[in-house]
Amino acid sequence: MSVLTALARAEAVESGRAQPLTTVRHTHVAERPLVLVPLALAGEAAAPLAAMVGTDRGDGRLLAVANPRDRTQRFQFVAQLAKIFLTYVEGCSRAVDATHTAKLRYAEAPQVLVPNRGGVEFIRLLGRSTRFRRTYGPHPVHRTVPLLGQWFTFLRERADHPGSAMLLAMTEVLGEHWATGQSGLEDANLAALLGWIDPPDGLDGAAAAELAEDPLRWPPAGPSTDPTFDNEILAPALSAYARAADPQAQSRAESALGGAIREQLEPTWGLMWRAVDLLRARPAGGSVEARWAIDRDVFTVYHMSLAEGTALPQPRRDSAVAAAGRLDRLEREQARYEAQRALDDPLVMAEFRLSGEAFTGTVVSASPNRVDTSGKKAALRPHITVQTEDPVRLEPGALLVSPARLSQQAMVVSVSSVDVVLELSKGMGRSTKQAPPGSVPEVGEVVTYGPVSDAYQPPGRFPSREDTPWTHGGPPPDYQPNDIDAAEDWS
Amino acid sequence: MDALVDRLDRIRGTVAPRNHNARTIAALTTNPGCGRRGLMDAAGVNKGAVAGQLGFPAAFGQSRFAIARGNAFEAQVKADGAAELLQLLRERLGLAIPEVAYDDLSNVGGNASREVRYARTRSLLARAAAERDDAGTLFDHPMLRLDIAGYYAYLEPDLIAFRAGGRFHVVEIKSFAVIDGQADPGKAAAAAKQSAVYVLAMRELLGELGYPPESVSHNVVLVCPENFANRPTATLVDVRKQLTVLRRQLSRLTRLDKILDALPSGLSFDLAYDSDQNATRPPDELHKAVSEIDARYSPDCLGSCEMAFFCRDEAAGSTTALGRSIRDDLGGVESVSTVLGLARGTLTPGAGQEEIAGLLRVAHRLRRECLEGAV
Repeated sequence: MSVLTALARAEAVESGRAQPLTTVRHTHVAERPLVLVPLALAGEAAAPLAAMVGTDRGDGRLLAVANPRDRTQRFQFVAQLAKIFLTYVEGCSRAVDATHTAKLRYAEAPQVLVPNRGGVEFIRLLGRSTRFRRTYGPHPVHRTVPLLGQWFTFLRERADHPGSAMLLAMTEVLGEHWATGQSGLEDANLAALLGWIDPPDGLDGAAAAELAEDPLRWPPAGPSTDPTFDNEILAPALSAYARAADPQAQSRAESALGGAIREQLEPTWGLMWRAVDLLRARPAGGSVEARWAIDRDVFTVYHMSLAEGTALPQPRRDSAVAAAGRLDRLEREQARYEAQRALDDPLVMAEFRLSGEAFTGTVVSASPNRVDTSGKKAALRPHITVQTEDPVRLEPGALLVSPARLSQQAMVVSVSSVDVVLELSKGMGRSTKQAPPGSVPEVGEVVTYGPVSDAYQPPGRFPSREDTPWTHGGPPPDYQPNDIDAAEDWS
Repeated sequence: MDALVDRLDRIRGTVAPRNHNARTIAALTTNPGCGRRGLMDAAGVNKGAVAGQLGFPAAFGQSRFAIARGNAFEAQVKADGAAELLQLLRERLGLAIPEVAYDDLSNVGGNASREVRYARTRSLLARAAAERDDAGTLFDHPMLRLDIAGYYAYLEPDLIAFRAGGRFHVVEIKSFAVIDGQADPGKAAAAAKQSAVYVLAMRELLGELGYPPESVSHNVVLVCPENFANRPTATLVDVRKQLTVLRRQLSRLTRLDKILDALPSGLSFDLAYDSDQNATRPPDELHKAVSEIDARYSPDCLGSCEMAFFCRDEAAGSTTALGRSIRDDLGGVESVSTVLGLARGTLTPGAGQEEIAGLLRVAHRLRRECLEGAV
């Protein structure tokens, strides 16, 4: 959060509509995303109650568990969900990216869209409670069940990677792109958030958001259900099913339950697709495709390793070294993602301009052929002077980069109250005497310089697994899936 | 004290007061500066009913599935004289507990008034504390009390207290799952906060009897289901930090007498129930009464206070309604229209606003520059 975002929220209050926080879309939206709206039974750790799932807005499959505490029915639900999900994943791996020849990369990757953070957590818990199951032994399950568990665990892990678009919480994606006139806490309600972004005719955002808080009109987007629905509709429907004496009564009760649950899920289902439309309507940022390519690479590798049986085990908890390495990767990805966003989007760059770390201005003078002879070898070091209104807070010596010339480095020579003098290096060809035309900004050109760069950052160095220091528990035992995990209670 | 009680009784009206519980006290400390909440809670006002009469009903229902699950788990842990709990305490936490008795304090010979129950809890705990050896008793449902802004709040915790190694320990039973050693951070934090309230209340009780604070351990025992099963697991939770926060927040609570002095003497939130239990108090009159006391709304209130929707409506157009961090980002400027006026340069900044006004003007220019080209 910053003054810029805060101001956008204030503008949203006044105008009654959410205000854009970006000029482009920073998240990839797949051609065929899999939308999943899950519901869980209140009070239980991970008891799925129902889900609406599918890749087509006109054809959401409703899955429901008539007795959420029954183990068999629960695994039937998981198997049904697994069938839909695994078909989807296989569909993504059918075509290969022909433009990429260095190594195999699928043309698509799965993109699972859930309404909110709770949906992401639901994926984690469902993955955790199914991935250790076995198709043989005391409690055999369908072979798709542990496979779904592995995929869900994989997706949940990917969701932590900044810029990854394989598993997304819709409220978070929307919140990155729009500022509403309500608090961040209230933005967690998908219906209210969309009420601000795209209010229905004749209503302003505040009024639409207030309507969206009525659970009768807009049931919660899951996985938690509305307590009143639980008490007044769900509980009687579940007990009617439990009481049903003959198959006829049972199927009647089941369809009544399905109807009640459908009413809870359908509004959110519609909202999810409306949100997809809103996101698609915005132009994609320059590096969105490159980030999606990374997702597709990771997907390709994991898909093939599962097929070959070489997929790494997914232990209950990471070992110390693995956890440290992962954190280091996430930090570097975060820095890279933020840099890419700023370079793709002037409004994100504006955050840096506001804090004085970046500036935009007009080139008022340039000496493109200035040669520095102070070193051993003469080098081309052009100077430019940029006039700016931005509140620049940079010290001489600071290194900057311009979104228009990513390969070129600029060093601050001096800063005055109206202009900044920069010395440029790199990105000007081989000549030491003359810069090629266009490689140095010309007088009159409007340029932006900021501190961010998506250049490669070397990974941190960590001991090998065998050399885990005693402070971190020493070398961890190898993780082997075992019978106890496979037969774990799920009540 | 009696004058204060009388005054609070008048404010509450003809209905019986509502009890505080650890959850309401923990919530109180998240917003200690809110006089409205402080007063209504101290007077035992049914805030949900008041909010409903004002036209802002609060949706604080609890699913019967969650309640049933919580009760079933608690009953399981406490069954057969808390056999499962004892086994956990011995095996998981390595506490040397001798053969024990189990004493339920929820009912005292049919007389369950708060004062009587408190007195009984006090005498039993006093006896246990006086024995040199551990008394070996699990006390279920003790009645405790805590001084909240100069007024005693009675606590009816769902907890067991026991003595081991010369110290009392508090056991809190919760039905959220601990999966692979990790629980939902929000729920775990809430549980730790509530336990801290109990520890504090027990320390006050024993303090009055002349025992030092250390006689109640700062390590509380949290009992939760493990992974996806119903099997309980126990974890020791150190609540020293929560205790410090709680003590500090309680001491910062706006003193009731100070709030009361500023209020008209006839103030009352009585809903004037008729013989059919329908509230007949005119909403606009009630609105006026409630508005006499200043609230300190923040979006966090939505999750913890029944009055929140009313206060949110009242706070519309203020930067606080957008969240405390936004308000801080905006340099504490109170109203949204002032923020926009300063940003657009149509308002002259007041004293102390020059810096934020400058920042807002730049922010405004940057947003226009970036968006007008693109939109």
